[in-house]
Parts: sequence; C-alpha cells; structure tokens
Amino acid sequence: MQRFMSIWFPHLLAEGMIRRRKELSNTAFVLAAPDHGRMRITAASIAAQARGIYPGMAVADGRALAVGLQVLDHEPGMDQKLLTALGHWCIRYTPVVATDLPDGLLLDVSGCAHLWGGEEKYAADIQNRLKGLGYTTRIAIAGMVGAAWALARYGKEPVVLTPSGEERLFLMSLPPVALRLEATIIERLQKLGLYTIGHFMNMDRSILRRRFGVGLLERMDQALGWKEEPLTALQPVEPYQERLPCLEPIMTRSGIEIALQQLLKILCERLIKEGKGLRKAVFKAYRIDSEVQQIEIGTHLPSQQPAHLFKLFELKIDHIEPALGIELFILEAPSVEKARSSQKTLWHNGTLNDSRLAELLDQLTGKLGKGIVHRYLPAEHFWPERSVKEAQELQEQPATAWRNDRPRPVRLLSVPEPVEVAAPIPDYPPMHFRHRGILHTIKKADGPERIEREWWIDQGQYRDYYVVEDEKGERFWLFRLGHYTGGKPHRWFLHGFFA
Amino acid sequence: MGQTDMIAGLRQDILRMQGQRLVTGPSAGKVALGPVLEAFPGKIFPTGTVHECISATPSAAAAASGFIASILGSLMQNGGSCVWISPERIIFPPGLKSFGIEADRVLFIHLKKEKDICWAMEAALQVEGLAGVVGELSNLDFAVSRRLQLAVEKSGVTGFVVRHQPRRLHPTACVSRWQITSQASYHPDGIPGVGFPCWEVELQKIRGGKPGSWELVWMDGCFQELSRASVISSQAIFRKIG
Repeated sequence: MQRFMSIWFPHLLAEGMIRRRKELSNTAFVLAAPDHGRMRITAASIAAQARGIYPGMAVADGRALAVGLQVLDHEPGMDQKLLTALGHWCIRYTPVVATDLPDGLLLDVSGCAHLWGGEEKYAADIQNRLKGLGYTTRIAIAGMVGAAWALARYGKEPVVLTPSGEERLFLMSLPPVALRLEATIIERLQKLGLYTIGHFMNMDRSILRRRFGVGLLERMDQALGWKEEPLTALQPVEPYQERLPCLEPIMTRSGIEIALQQLLKILCERLIKEGKGLRKAVFKAYRIDSEVQQIEIGTHLPSQQPAHLFKLFELKIDHIEPALGIELFILEAPSVEKARSSQKTLWHNGTLNDSRLAELLDQLTGKLGKGIVHRYLPAEHFWPERSVKEAQELQEQPATAWRNDRPRPVRLLSVPEPVEVAAPIPDYPPMHFRHRGILHTIKKADGPERIEREWWIDQGQYRDYYVVEDEKGERFWLFRLGHYTGGKPHRWFLHGFFA
Repeated sequence: MGQTDMIAGLRQDILRMQGQRLVTGPSAGKVALGPVLEAFPGKIFPTGTVHECISATPSAAAAASGFIASILGSLMQNGGSCVWISPERIIFPPGLKSFGIEADRVLFIHLKKEKDICWAMEAALQVEGLAGVVGELSNLDFAVSRRLQLAVEKSGVTGFVVRHQPRRLHPTACVSRWQITSQASYHPDGIPGVGFPCWEVELQKIRGGKPGSWELVWMDGCFQELSRASVISSQAIFRKIG
C-alpha cells in the first residue's frame, strides 16, 4: 500500500527570508518583483498579511496599508533553492523526496511511518522539527499524491491523515482549486455553481470532458488514485543502501564506528547473498542541524569483507564533524560488481588475484590518495616512452609478452638529460661525455639502435641509441637526436642507466 | 652429539632469537647467488627479512636495482607479485625482463614523502604471500627499520630498502647491508662491445654470517663469480700487446 505525504509551506519565502535575516522576524515586510512596469508583491510576512497585504498586490497599495512596510527584492529561484534544501533535510524521514514548486514538498512515505510509531507521531515529528527551523507547515498523508496535495492546502486541520480508500469522502467538500486545475477551468466551474469537488465528482465523464477538457478528468483521476503519478526523487535511491536512524544524536567517534560496523555488516551480508562485492562506498551522516557529512572509499577488487571495508573507512572517520549530533547514518554502495568466489584465492597465493593484495592497495590509496599505484603493461611501440602503458585494472593481462631482444636500461629518466659529447666519426659512439659536470670516458659501446619517431603520433627527429660503458664500469643509454649533419653541433642526451 | 653440532645448534637458537628464521619452506634455496651464499647462515639467502642496499650515484642505484631485481626475479618464479615503492617513476619496466621479472606483476607505488614511503612499505610487508617489497628512501632510522623487521617476522615477506645517498649510516635492524658497484662488463669470448653486466657485490654486514666482497657477472639468468681464469687471460692479452 502506497502512502504519500504532502507538506505545504504557506509562508515559504517570507520564513526563508527570516531564517536568513533574523532581524526581520515579527516585522511587516514583503518581497517584490517588477511586473508590467510596477513592483508587485510576491510574498508577504505574517505580520504584513495581518494588515491585509497579500501577494499579487502592487507595492504602492501595500505601502498605503502599512506605514513603514519593508520592501525586499524577490530573488528569482529562491523558492527552488529553499525547497531543495528542505527536501534534502527530509531524506532523514524517507528516501524518496520530491520538490513541488512553488511551495511544497511531496514525500513517498510508504513503510516509513511505523519507525516513528505511527503516522500521527510521524507527521507531528516532521511538523515540529520544521517549526523548529522556523517554517509553518500544513501536512497531509493520503494514498494518492493528488489527494495529499489537496488536503494539505485545503484541509481543515494543519495535519490531515486520510486512511487509504477514504480519500473520496475527504475530497468531496474541498473547492475545485484543490485539484490543481488551470485558472480558466476553475472560473468556468464557478460560473456554473460547482463550488466543491463533490458537486461534479459523480457527473458523467463524457459531459465533463466535453465542457472542461481532458485536464479536469486527469486531475480527478490522480486525486482519486485511478491514475499513477510518479514522483521525481531529489536524490535517486541507490539500490544498495542501508539506513540506521539513531534514537539519540551521536556525537562520539566510538558511536560513529558502531553505526558504521552495523551498516557494513548488513550491507555485506546482502552482498554475499547476491554474490557481489562493492567497488565504491559512501557513508553519510545526517546531522541534526540539517548538514550532511560524508566520507567515501574505493576498492581495487569487489569486496564484501566488513572488516576490510571498515579499515578503509577508519582512516577517514576523522573527517566527520558530528557538531551537535548525528541522527541518521546511511551507507550506500554506488558501484557494485560481481565478486569472484573467495575459494579461488586459495590457488592464487600472492598473485595479483589475491584479495589480500587488493586490500593493501585499498589501504594505500585510502590513506595516501588516488593515483599512486601504477601497474604497467607492454605496449607495441619501440619509442621508449610509449613502450609501456598503464594497466587500468588489477586483473588486466598483457596482450603481448615483454621483450628482451634489445638492450633496455633498468632505470629510465622520464625526461632525457642533455649531455656534452665528443664523437669522432658519423654514426660512431662518442669518446667521452659530460653529465652533470662529471666526465665519463667511454671504453665500450654498442649501437647505434635507430628508433624512429612514430610520425602518426608526433612529429620530430629520430633517435640513435648507444649503450656505452665508461672507465668505471658504469653503463648508460645515450642517444643522438636526428641525423648526422657535417659541421653543425648535434644534440646528445642521456636517457637511462643500465644495471 | 659432537661439539660442532652443539655450536651449530646454539647459533641457530641465536638467529631465531634475533628474529631470523632459517627458511626451510619451498622458497628455500631458490635464490642462487653463487659464491655469495657461503656468507649466509646455513648457506641460504635469508628470505623473510629486510635487506639494506646503499648507493651513492645514479649508476650505482641502477646497479642496486639490477641486483635486487635479479633476486626478486627468482623469488617471483611461482607467479607471485611484488611491490616497488619509489619517490618517482624511474624504473623502466621493460628493463626488468632481463632479470627474470614479468613487469606486469610488479606494482609500482610513487610517493613523494619519505614518511609515506615508510608507512606504505610497512603496510606492504605485512601482506602475506607477496614475493618481495622494495622501498627507495635515503634515510632509514633505527626505529623505522625495527618496525619493518617486526612486520616481516610475522608475514615472511622479503624486503629491500634501497638507500640512495644516505646522509648517515646508522646501525639498523636490517639483516644485511649491501653495496653494489658497477664493474666493467664481461663477455666470455671477448667480443667487443658491452657484455654481460658485472658488479662488485660488497656484503658489508650480515647477521650471523661472514661479510665479504665478490665480483659477480649476471649471465644467462644466474650469477657467476667472475672467473679468475678469464681475468688472467685478458691480462695476458694486454701483456702480449704491451
């Protein structure tokens, strides 16, 4: 059985303004925006409304009614901003929250209310807490979005709870406006003397369609639950998510740790049952002052080990600032993959498939930052800088074998360093070279090995590589850039060190 | 029981108390260091401990990398993987192939701060089943080396600390201290050009063993002592020329 809650904020903009600027409370002020060449009031505070000032009036009229009326600029999009923030705050009550412009929120509260001890206490709790934030609200819970919307705005009580199936009775006495109709249809209904929904609810549908169009029928169906009305949730609900509401606000590290361990246990049990493991997890803490704190971890292999995941989170728990207390913890797994069975690892002791190795990498990246672990695979390029490529996955296998048919140094400078060289004859290895002020006299040499620059990747000169050994037995990889050209000096570089 | 047996038994006890196990498992005796093995207790390369290697120049660092890579190559023979932690990307993976390492099984970790390298190295040494862990850092104080030693005592992983241009050489808790220097390359047939790499391997310190110095050549995937005969013959050639 589905249950929906509609929350109406009758003074959303005015109260939002007071929340921002405390000195405005209990003063008569209005928000106004230019409209057709004059300033029109878009929202009025309760004190201003008491003096007969209503939204839609011209500012000049308002000034006439109340001396010293404060006029503030209407900020476009402010309602959207306020509602989104309030919607995020409401996620502590239900995962599916949608904004309902211009002044309401819609919540899918199916299966949530019993956690607060029934719908009555649930609605009262929300209303009290919103009041604490400074918002006046009217709340209705019904089996349909349309009915809840209507009863929140036009119901007799500030909180209306409608048992499922009885919405019809409650709706009968409401005015047609409660059906969210267009102004022209409402006007037409009024002219015909249809002042409540009950007056036309039982009329023949074909007559209603002919007189008022399909819009009216659609809205009626939505209010009566004959037609589905989907909500667009502010935050899409993660399929792998666990929630832990707390009776008392949590303020201590050990409290957070206990909550995290419980959530990890539940989530991992579910993952094990489904044969899956998580690659990314987000732990969110909802504070009582409507702030959300979150920490995130990633793993190299799909993991379903609560102990390991806890170890990763443990490094970051310091980043959660509980302030006055945390009332709700949510653990989400946005990225879940199929886990390989843990039995397999018995046969891969110490290899890259070992989950212990993946756990080590998670620990390292968790503490020291991403992008520090590199694994290289052979790439089919002769150009030394491009002869290796970085592996994307821990499991990725090399497509080709590593080659050792050509001499390659064990240490390679990422940027070749220029050296001064004396070379006797074209294409001969140099006699000696000077690197960082030290003169190396060459005793033995191999080469040249010409490596062409891959013209389809970048332009430039080729390199002639020489393996040389100096008088002390140190071995180097030198290259001359480009062709031998008579009198012109050549550019030589040191690129690597052989063992 | 003879006196020599008793002394040998007592030596083993001392080694055990020092946190060094004589390896008898499947990895025992896999590292073929040729004549250098004589220096180790039990004539077996001590795995499951931390070794220290000193280098002063970039080419000495390359020699040290090559020497360690050759040891790692034999430790990784059964498909194991290893972790190589360094401040920047300098090891060239294709160059490791000639030392028997499939470079795709090496995880390179680049960290700027020495403190982070120490932390990462300790964490890696605790992972049972890794073939080896190499850390490149210049300074290693006694407390850190002790932590590394404690980590390997539990897990049995072999660690190598490559210290490039160390500021001071304090005593450390490492089982050995090596210094590798390049020597003129060698070719058995005297073919011109650069031959097989040769190193002067100096074992300055070894717990429970005898330090020494050897000239080794890395040829055909194993170490051989640079044979006296070939040295003499090359000298003979010089004499003939002279």
